[in-house]
Amino acid sequence: MNYLFAAYAATWIIHIAYLGWLARRYARLRQEIEELKKK
Amino acid sequence: MRYAFIIFALLTAALLSYGLYQALVVAPTEQTMGDVQRIFYYHVPSAWAAFCLFFVNLVASIWYMVRRNPKADALALAAAEVGVVFCTIVLVTGPIWARPVWGIWWTWDLRLTLTLVLWLIYVAYLILRKFSTSGQTPVIAAVLAIFGALDVPLVYFSIWFFRTQHPQPVMGGGGSIDPRMLHAFFINLIAFSCFGALVCWSRYRFEIARREVEDRQALQGMMEAGASR
Repeated sequence: MNYLFAAYAATWIIHIAYLGWLARRYARLRQEIEELKKK
Repeated sequence: MRYAFIIFALLTAALLSYGLYQALVVAPTEQTMGDVQRIFYYHVPSAWAAFCLFFVNLVASIWYMVRRNPKADALALAAAEVGVVFCTIVLVTGPIWARPVWGIWWTWDLRLTLTLVLWLIYVAYLILRKFSTSGQTPVIAAVLAIFGALDVPLVYFSIWFFRTQHPQPVMGGGGSIDPRMLHAFFINLIAFSCFGALVCWSRYRFEIARREVEDRQALQGMMEAGASR
């Protein structure tokens, strides 16, 4: 049962980490767009 | 378009939740392996999603080579990146299943080795995209992607044509499977395919926006340099 939990947890940790990284990059990009609009 | 994306995201979330319920609650426990077999409901759909994304990368790379369309290049990059995420899950969940069943985390079996090579090829592709400053980077990356994609059928058919330690396919391989197991498997296969498409689409949109910002920044830099003269 521990192995099953480890596999499912690892799957979602990897997906959430990637989506979090993508969201952070998106936030930075939006900030850059705002700065471009101000100039 | 935005509403379609939200509806698709909600549908995917519902499918993933239903797939999890099917895999953990509804599907019966396998007699030989026990609960550890349930890892397959995530392992195989992740491999399928990775293969589909690498196929998208191949098609987009060929499209770029023929038409030199920057959107095709952005799609190739997005598909490769998300494909690597799914392939990483395959390489993590596989050994977690192998430890209690085989007694070892890893063996240099043909399918396992080819999957690792596939992952390394696409990681190399992403490193090339990240660090190469040459104007020819998209072309070089497209060529690498076209040759790298040759590993996908090798990974898939390795267990059909060679004797390997990796389990043989149950479906289409002469084995039988409980209908509830089959249902759980297909629900997760569809759910992971939708999830892969959703994340790839988000990554593609991000890449298009990032390139637009980069172009505008370059244009603004040129205008500022012109004004200061």
